[in-house]
Amino acid sequence: MHYQWDFSVISDNAGLLLWGLGNTLLLTLIAILIGTPLGLAVALMRLSSRRSLAWPATVYVEVFRAAPALVQLYWLYFALPRLTGLRLGGFEAAAIALSILSSAFLSEVFRGGIASIGKGQWDAARGIGLGYPRMLRTIILPQAIRRMLPVFLERYIELLKTSTIAATVSFGDLLFVAQDISYRTYRTLEIFSAIAVMFFLVILLCSQLTRLVEHRLARSGEFTAR
Amino acid sequence: MTTDNVIEISGLRKSFGAHEVLKGIDLVVPKGKTVVLLGASGSGKSTLLRCVNFLETPTAGTVAFNGKPVGTPKGTGGERSYSDRELRALRAHIGIVFQQFNLFPHMTALENIMEGQRAVLGRSREEAAARAEALLARVGLAGRGGAYPSHLSGGQQQRVAICRALAMDPDVMLFDEATSALDPELVGEVLRTMKALREDGMTMLIVTHELGFAYHIADEVVFLSEGRIYEQGPPEQVMLHPKGERTRQFMLGHSEFRLPHLD
Repeated sequence: MHYQWDFSVISDNAGLLLWGLGNTLLLTLIAILIGTPLGLAVALMRLSSRRSLAWPATVYVEVFRAAPALVQLYWLYFALPRLTGLRLGGFEAAAIALSILSSAFLSEVFRGGIASIGKGQWDAARGIGLGYPRMLRTIILPQAIRRMLPVFLERYIELLKTSTIAATVSFGDLLFVAQDISYRTYRTLEIFSAIAVMFFLVILLCSQLTRLVEHRLARSGEFTAR
Repeated sequence: MTTDNVIEISGLRKSFGAHEVLKGIDLVVPKGKTVVLLGASGSGKSTLLRCVNFLETPTAGTVAFNGKPVGTPKGTGGERSYSDRELRALRAHIGIVFQQFNLFPHMTALENIMEGQRAVLGRSREEAAARAEALLARVGLAGRGGAYPSHLSGGQQQRVAICRALAMDPDVMLFDEATSALDPELVGEVLRTMKALREDGMTMLIVTHELGFAYHIADEVVFLSEGRIYEQGPPEQVMLHPKGERTRQFMLGHSEFRLPHLD
């Protein structure tokens, strides 16, 4: 019970830890940038009245939501090369797995958001002759996204945390770097406390940013969609 | 072939599942005239109105706009198929005003009125804004263009919604219980706006529960009952001297519209 804390290991390896954090953020950002538009596309397919569009999208969501992230990643990293000879690096495999995973989850957020917009808004948009793409872009999605903003943030934070699975396929993210340092220095407690704080700070920053955006949106026009 | 009827409806039927709401409607709305649809709730008047601009797709029958039937025949049961493109073009020429206003809450009044002009008519930002400002001034809302719908009263919101429809330069305006969601003291300003439109020669098809207003504004009153036209004619005839028992009962049931000799 007389553990001697020694945080010098953190300052000694600060550069390496920040590099790992940078990689974690990069991986998460890529998964967000690919997963969000892909999720929207899947949501629109699921909402389509055409069964040939809705059905594959439903299968996609159900399959990729059900499979654990780690299983998807291992499949891409270990099974795919065996099947196709196509060998992915740890970063590529993780980026693809996380993009697909987030698109499956985000499509449900989009779908819920779009479905929450009342019939009157669609009627009014159709009533002035707007086409479907235009009414989505200017009438439906701006309202749906505003309403869903907190849920999007929650999903993005979840994604940031899930991105640590990339360490298992030797991608140098924050978790991988932390493991590496702790193997070398045996300062596991200090290092994992430090990266817990780093995750906490990043996530805190994100929530504050979203709050700011929400506040600005609320000021620019209140939401009383019927 | 030219016609003076903006809207010609014939044999129109509409079912929701097994429930038939409209059971064969024939109705014309002549250019420059105001036709008012009356009837108990559930009589199908709102559905009929929504079939005119195809927010509801008729199950059978035709709607002709400026003499041209909408859609193409399909099968033998009076069904028709409608292309998306055709309906969009049609809706751009038919203004509709809803009971719940349905303004876009994330846009200012001005942006609400500009959206259709920009997206559908391809007007420039300046042109669309100028038209929107002019319309707002016309309905007594000059200078309120920057306000979001949530900062406007119900009556003001509905007048903005009327401007949004008018901005498309429609050939006909549809009003679906435009004052039913308003507080009583706000009804007047919307009715005055509608009356001014009539005086400007706008063609209108109106569903309303304001019988006094209907009496004064209508060129023709159409009384619907159970999905059919039960009685129609000039307001004096249908509202003051109804022939049918159901029409008579309906007029008597609306105490705000007193018909002394019927009491």
